[in-house]
This record gives sequence, structure tokens and C-alpha cells, in this order.
Amino acid sequence: MFLTVTARPTPLAPDSAPISLPEPFLRWFAGHGWAPRAHQLELLTKAEAGASVLLIAPTGAGKTLAGFLPALVDLHRRGRPKTGARPRGVHTLYVSPLKALATDIQRNLERPVAEIGLSVTLETRTGDTSQVRRQRQKLKPPDILLTTPEQLALLIAGKDAADFFSDLRYVVFDELHSLVTSKRGHLLALGLARLRKLRPELQTIGLSATVSEPAELCRWLVAQNQRTGDGITADADADAAAELKPEADLITVAGGARPDIQILDSEERVPWQGHTARYALPEIYAAIKAHRTTLLFVNTRSQAELLFQELWRINEETLPIALHHGSLDVGQRRKVEAAMAKNELRAVVATSTLDLGIDWGDVDLVIHVGAPKGASRLAQRIGRANHRMDEPSKAILVPANRFEVMECRAALDANYLGAQDTPPLRDGALDVLAQHVLGMAVAAPFRADDLYDEVTSAAPYAGLPRETFERIVEFVATGGYALKVYERYAKIRLTEDGTWRLTHPRFAQQYRMNAGTIIEAPMLEIRLVRRRTAAAIARGGRALGKIEEAFLETLSPGDTFLFAGEVLKFEGIFETTCLVTKAASEEPKVPYYGGSKFPLTTYLAKEVRAMLADPARWHALPDQVRDWLSIQKLKSVIPGPDDLLVETFPNAKLFHMVLYPFEGRLAHQTLGMLLTRRLERARAMPLGFVATDYAISIWGRRDMGAMIAKGSLPLDALFDEDMLGDDLESWMADSWLLKRTFRQCAVISGLIEKRHPGQEKTGRQVTVSTDLVYDVLRAHEPDHILMQATWADAATGLLDVARVSDLLARIKHHIVHVDLDQISPLAVPVMLEIGRESVVGEARDADLREAAKEAMIAMAMGEMAGE
Amino acid sequence: MNALARRRAQLGCEALEMALAGERVACDPAGVLYLAAENCLVVSDLHLEKGAAFARRGMFLPPYDTAATLSLLAACLDRYCPARVVCLGDSFHDVKGAALMPAGERASLRSLMAGRDWIWIAGNHDPEPPVGIGGETLAEVAIGALAFRHEPSAGRRRGEVSGHLHPVAQLAGRGSRRACFATDGERMILPSFGVTTGGLNVLDRAFHGLFDASRALACMIGHAGIYPVRFGALSAG
Repeated sequence: MFLTVTARPTPLAPDSAPISLPEPFLRWFAGHGWAPRAHQLELLTKAEAGASVLLIAPTGAGKTLAGFLPALVDLHRRGRPKTGARPRGVHTLYVSPLKALATDIQRNLERPVAEIGLSVTLETRTGDTSQVRRQRQKLKPPDILLTTPEQLALLIAGKDAADFFSDLRYVVFDELHSLVTSKRGHLLALGLARLRKLRPELQTIGLSATVSEPAELCRWLVAQNQRTGDGITADADADAAAELKPEADLITVAGGARPDIQILDSEERVPWQGHTARYALPEIYAAIKAHRTTLLFVNTRSQAELLFQELWRINEETLPIALHHGSLDVGQRRKVEAAMAKNELRAVVATSTLDLGIDWGDVDLVIHVGAPKGASRLAQRIGRANHRMDEPSKAILVPANRFEVMECRAALDANYLGAQDTPPLRDGALDVLAQHVLGMAVAAPFRADDLYDEVTSAAPYAGLPRETFERIVEFVATGGYALKVYERYAKIRLTEDGTWRLTHPRFAQQYRMNAGTIIEAPMLEIRLVRRRTAAAIARGGRALGKIEEAFLETLSPGDTFLFAGEVLKFEGIFETTCLVTKAASEEPKVPYYGGSKFPLTTYLAKEVRAMLADPARWHALPDQVRDWLSIQKLKSVIPGPDDLLVETFPNAKLFHMVLYPFEGRLAHQTLGMLLTRRLERARAMPLGFVATDYAISIWGRRDMGAMIAKGSLPLDALFDEDMLGDDLESWMADSWLLKRTFRQCAVISGLIEKRHPGQEKTGRQVTVSTDLVYDVLRAHEPDHILMQATWADAATGLLDVARVSDLLARIKHHIVHVDLDQISPLAVPVMLEIGRESVVGEARDADLREAAKEAMIAMAMGEMAGE
Repeated sequence: MNALARRRAQLGCEALEMALAGERVACDPAGVLYLAAENCLVVSDLHLEKGAAFARRGMFLPPYDTAATLSLLAACLDRYCPARVVCLGDSFHDVKGAALMPAGERASLRSLMAGRDWIWIAGNHDPEPPVGIGGETLAEVAIGALAFRHEPSAGRRRGEVSGHLHPVAQLAGRGSRRACFATDGERMILPSFGVTTGGLNVLDRAFHGLFDASRALACMIGHAGIYPVRFGALSAG
């Protein structure tokens, strides 16, 4: 809790202006034996002077209180409204990336507000807020509203937005560094632009962890491209805009105590592959017993479920251990959060829902299971423990397999170095803009000129060409196709007074049902019933949470799986609900959603390669991992830090080629696909490949090692950078990668709806396949604005293609080939993945032909019916 | 691979001949059924004007689906030159489709119909005869030993040829979903022909009880041919 962080008095900054902290605040600080921190007062001073401010501080520096202090002081001065006066609008808007964070901050703010004796109302508004409450908030806005980017989009699209925000003074953005890198950040930036239009004098306060480019965030917080309005030409205007990049003031607080982080040095055998870390359970349990409260972080929900279940299996002392992830029922989540705040739990197993700056209870240990996938994430998570800045946080990393041991070691070194790995900001996405344009038409009729000025005042859209904006408006109106046949179905239409207007109120409803940029797989609610009877089906039963429809469709009644910490038996899908009963067995039959979700970041990948290349650094690794690498050195080769090791060897009647780029699974899948194409052209007869975060294994019918030795398969040509030219272009255009991106763009832009009014009850509403729409559009209008949006996303948003490109540049003249008689130690993990998940090479009918043989023979022999 | 490019590549491939309730039929990898004895071509679930149907609800799908579907159909008609064409229902994606069809598309459709006996079987998407298009609209039609309708009737029915379900199949273990003709030699369900139509796995509940499980085949449309695969070798996806 942030209240604890001021425990040690800090001297005021010597050069700070006289501080205008009102008497009740001073009394409150003094009453607790605290003093306000220098940065808290500095931020207050700047805000009081009318500035927008970015505060960069490590976790535990009292960032949250700093962010709210200007609002609380201003609200204190403003006092109660006069009786009979019009109800005031929202004074301060707080936007956080997570629902849980908004709830948590409310809880943490209520106490000082009460203790200082402020008459300030605080409410949250998230996806979980009831309709009744939302209505009430509109009629009687709270002084401070805590919300998420999606809810802000809905609020500004309301007809009453101008009233609702008419008294808005501050907008506080928490965890700004994580908000701005995604499409959610683009939507939020556009929302902020609209708020500025409604209240030109509003000030922003950004709270952020350390980032490499604070200036980008400072620009994000204030209006860009401000027109001077003195009649200068458009060109001169653009020139002026290019030079003038306004920024918010910056306050930076130095980091706190170094965290105390260890890698679990297990007595057990560290597995070759997998993500469960089951081997380390007794040691994890022992650590929980030895501490007051432990937070256990994992990368995916299935890992959380599995770890939770395994812990309870060995929980002989029945310690209170809870589970928390985003798919659980909201009531269940709240219960865990409340118990956590009251220090009633000994451990919580959590996924990224708990990831960002939530401060709960008295956590004295963080255990991270699995690979940390990037130094930034690790720093965030370690920051969770012990929010006293002056004491070191304590954390244990538990790698799930041998490569992860190296990755954890690298992440650990990176954390000490304080390296940050935040992805770079990119230009505002066009699909998000399309959604926003419709939202603004829902709010009120707009003039294209005005909206263009407003949109380009948002930092991500500052460079948006007018022509592109026009095409987006056309897209919103009628789809923006060269073939203009949808005019009569227009959603918005340019009217005689020069404004674009919504043509039918149902489009407003459609907009509200589909706003937001988080694309989730269709989810079904899971309810637990005692028995599968008609009455039970009608009644429903206890809601456990939501799960992807795609997963449920793979189940047959009677199958068991793990969810909400229990082994459940699938009984069937009834309308939009999945009914389950408790399963008798402890072993779930169907594994659910495996693998690691987050790719290895570039920085960490480099660290891992450097560690592998340098046997002097192996002493930091556990014995068994060191032995594994030593045997690799003996039997094959240890690649240098910039080398690409290529091993070839026969295995089970086929020939394998294994490469170790360490660029993450997504990049490897792209590379594997491209290499398979090339190998096919070189007549190496590849049959398939499998990719992990660390390596790629390709197999085929011909001895690729021998081909390389003979010179018929030159490696330089195989890995030539032009792979990214024509090969990539032609492959990409038809690849799942682009189709997946297109699907996102289609949904976010409103081409395809997630939900349609009146249809929500039918549940399964796979109305149209975006893949097929993509194919048709690509064949008939490849330059359509949505195709452009898709390519822009794929080119800059998908790190993997850029990483393949960097990889190919890096390994030029650094390819080390070793032809072996058998599998090498380093190849074992990726070879074990074969069969679990593999991607077949270019589409051919070989498998179909094979499968058809039996039926063909039966037909030929006249054994089929009707013969 | 682009689905349209694949569809075009499949146009020239060899058809799979088989017996259906005693009649000889050919399952063409283009997704049509040909009855040589009757010189009759059968096609199902064209879903013409699907893009426009969505546009009417505010989702502006590309307005190119009708042209693309008709050009594939034209190629099939060129290949077989049938005297009679049976469209097994859901020929238009919604009831307004035919009436509001743009002039260009309407003209191409009428030129395909010219000189042929053309039967529209009523489907759930298009229960009424298409306005201003011509042809004959029926709920069901019998040709030889075969009966043609839109939705498969419940239980087993010898000689019935239907559509509606958009059957697709996937090999157990790996491979992508393929459109298929589902048959047990007694009845048959045709794949959907429209270029933006999705599919339903033949192992889905909706297909239960329609076929003799021991003889059921999915004639799966590959890149360069059509391949009969027993249901037992398929995956539910």
C-alpha cells in the first residue's frame, strides 16, 4: 500500500517553491509521523502552476499519492457545492490499464480521504460495473472516477459527455508506459484528445515506471500540432508542427534498494522442455511455508491452474493458498483481492491480471515460475514484493526447463543492470482511428476539418495525412470500397450543413457493444452443477468464470479439464453456458492451453546467446545445466554470440536440421515457414518443422547435411536476406500471420462486429470468416485502406518479422554448420516438441492421398454402400 | 494459400465418380456435383450477395463476393455444359439479395442461366423465389432415384442430396480443414460453394444420425484433387 511508503521522513527538495499543502493534509501527514516526499510536492507545485506532468518513479515511491495529491488539494479548496447548484461533473479522471488496479487504487485512496476529512466521492467504472450504477454515475458524477481506456471511449461517445466532463480538471494515467505501446494506448490518446476539446484547460498527470524515452511519454500527455489560428497556410502549419512538439514537465525519482533475487537451485532434475516446473513443487512449497505472504507469478492461465492444483495436492498444512486470473468470475476475484488486502492468505497464484502496480497486503516473497520473458516484465514483477523502497525486495525465479535456467540467469543480470526493454511507440493504428471516428459520430455530428485537427493533436496521430483521414471517414461511412455499391447503407452521411451524421440510432448501439481494442476469442460462461439434469440445466449453477469457445469445442461430454483450481467434467454446452460437474479423478484428461505466451525479448535473447557463448559464465548456472552445455561442447559446437549454429543429423528414418537463433517462437515460426519453402525449392524434401522460443527443427526425406557438404544446398543462399523480399511478401500475403492481423483490424475498425444487437443470446455467432473476407478483398482490392492498416500492423507491430530481418543480417557470414551422426544435447528440447505441435510445410495433398487410400480400395472392391 | 486462388486451381482437376443410391454421380473438386445421365449440375449454398446482406446491417464486407462466386460457377458450367442446374438453396444470403442485386452481377447470373433449365431450391436464407431473376423455385425436386432439397431430413434417407450444413473435414492429427462432400453411398450433403461461406465439421452433432457411420465418407477437396476419407480417420477439429 502506498501509505506505508512515506514511513521515513524525506527532506524537501531544497530548490522547491513554497508548498501550498493545506492544513488538514499537513496534519494528516504529521499525525502518521510522516512527511510528504519531495517529488510529491514538486508534482503538486507544477500542477498548481497549470502544467501537465510525467512522474517516473520506481514501485514503492509513493507514486499513486503523488498523482492524486493535486486533485485532492484542489477538491479540498473547492469545498462543497452550494445547495441548489447544478450537480458538478467529474473533477478527476483516473485511467488504468487494469480493472483490478482501478479497484485497488479506490480502496487505497478511501482511507486518506476519510482520515484527512475530505468530502470527496470516489467511484470506479469498469466492465464489471452494473448498468444501474453506470446510470447513477451519469446523473450524479463522482468527484474522482477511476476507469479503463474502454470505458473512457464509451463515456466520450455519450450524448451527455460535454456535461459529464464540464468540470474536469485532471486526468491521471497510471502505468502509462504499458498503456501507450498498444492499440489501447492509441484509443486512449484519441479519447484524451476529445477530453481536451471538451475542456481545453484540463491537465494530465502521467505515472510511469522507468522508460528509455521519457520524452515520448511527455509528448503523449499534451496536445500536439496545435494550430495557431492566425491564418497561416497549411504547409507552413505543417512545418511549424514538425518543429513544435510540446511536452509535459518531467519529474524523475531514482530507483530504490536493489532487489534480492535468486534462481531456484533445485536438488531435482531440471526438465528438458515443458512449462510446468512440476519438479520444483516441494521446494516452492517450502518457500511459501518460510514466508508470511508469497505471490506466485506464471505466464499463462493454464500454468496458473496447474500450479495451483499441484500446490494443493501437497498442501499438508492446508495453508490458505488462492488463485487469481482474468477468466475467473469477478466475485471470486474480488474475494481473493479482499482476503489478500487483509493479509489472510499465505500465497496467491496469479497471471498477468495481477501484473502491474497493484500493491496488496504484506507480500514478502515473489516467486516467478517459468521464463520471465523480458527484463521489463521481470522488474515489474519483482517490484511487487515489499513495497518499501528502502528495503530490498525478495524474489525466487523457478525456471521450468533448461533453456529457461539460462534465460532466468540473463534476466537476473539484466535486472541488476537496470536494463529496460519497453517496445518502441508506433504511429497510431488506422483501425483504432476508424472505431473512434464512428464513436465521435455517435456523440454528435462532426465536421471533418474539426475532427482531423482534434485527432492530430493526439501524439500517435500527429503525423496522420489528411488523405488517409478522409479514407478512414469513407471507410466508416460505407466501407470505403472502390466499387461504390453500399451508399444506401451508409452508417454516417455528409449532410447539407457540412457535418457527418449517424444515419440510424441502431449504429450507436452497435458501436457501444463493440467499442474497445481488446480482441478476445469468443468466451462461454462456465457453471458448475451437481448433476446433468434438465432442472440443473435450467437453473444454471455457480458461475466459475469464462473460457474460450474454441477450447470447449474440442471437448466431448465426459472429458475432464482443469479450471478455477478444480478438475471439472464437461457436460455440454447449453446456449451460451458450458455446464460442468466435479470430476471424480484428480488427473484432467485434456490439457488446456499450453505453451508460453510472451516472446523472448530482443534484449534477453542477446543476453542468453552471450551467456551460452562464454563458458566462463557457466559457473553461475546449476551443475546439471552446466554439464549439459559441456557435453554439447564435446559432441557438437557451442556457437559464438553472433553465430547461428546449424546442426544436421539423421533421426528415426528422417533427416533433421536444427538451428538455434534464440529469437522467440513467433519469429521462429516465420523463419521456419520461409526456410521450408526454400528447402522445398532446393529439393531437400522438407516434411515439417517445429519452433520453440530457442530453436527450430526442420525435418525431411533427404540428408540435408550431405547436401550442404556437397554444395547442393549452400547455407549462405538458404539464409540470404532476400528471403524477406519476394519470399516473405508472397508468403506473408497468404499467411496466417497477416490473416490474424487482418482479423484484428477488421474487428477493431468495425468491419466485423464482435457482438450484434439482438444476437447476444444466440451465443455462437461465427457469422463470417475473416480469412475468407481477406482472400476476397486481397484478390479484388489489394489497396483497400484496411489492407493498408493490416500491412502497417504486420510490418511495425509484429516484432517477429523485424526480428527475422535483424537475425538474417546478424548471421550473415556467421553460420556454423555441424553434421552429426546423431542428435546433439542442445537439440534435445526442440526434438521433444516434435509431435506435440508441428507445422506442415507448404500445402500438398500427400496426407489426404494417404488417408484416402483405404476408402479408395474399398470403393474399388465394391464394398461401399450403393455399389 | 489464398482461398480464391486455390478454388481456381481446383477447377480443372479430375472429379471423383461414385454410386449414390444406385445413380452414378461425379463429385467435382470445384465443389459441384454432376449427374452425367441427366446432364445435370448441382450446386449448393451459393450465398450470393452475402457482402450486401451484411452491409444492410452495418458491416461493410467487401462487395466482391458475388462476382467471385459467379465466375467460379461460370467455369463449372463451361466444363460440363449442363442442360439443367439445381441450386440446393441458400443461393442468396438473404431475402433482399436478389431484388437489390447490382445490375452487373444480375446480368452475369442471367447469362449463366440462359438456355438452361434452372431450379432454385428454397433455403432457409432464401425461402422465397428470387425477385427478377427467373428460374423455377421448388422446395424439393426428384431426378432419377435422387431427391434434392436444402436441409437434410432427420434420420437416414436413401437418395437424398442436400446442402445447408456446409460440411468440412479435417484429418486426424494434422492438416487444415477442407470442404467436402459427405456421403455414405445412400445420401449426400454438398459443400457450400459461395466464396465467403464457412464450414461445419462433419463430426459435429448436426451430422449425427444422418449417415451409416461405418460407411460414411468425407470426399475432401485438396489442392489438386478430391479424396474420399472415412469418418474414422477424421478429427473433430
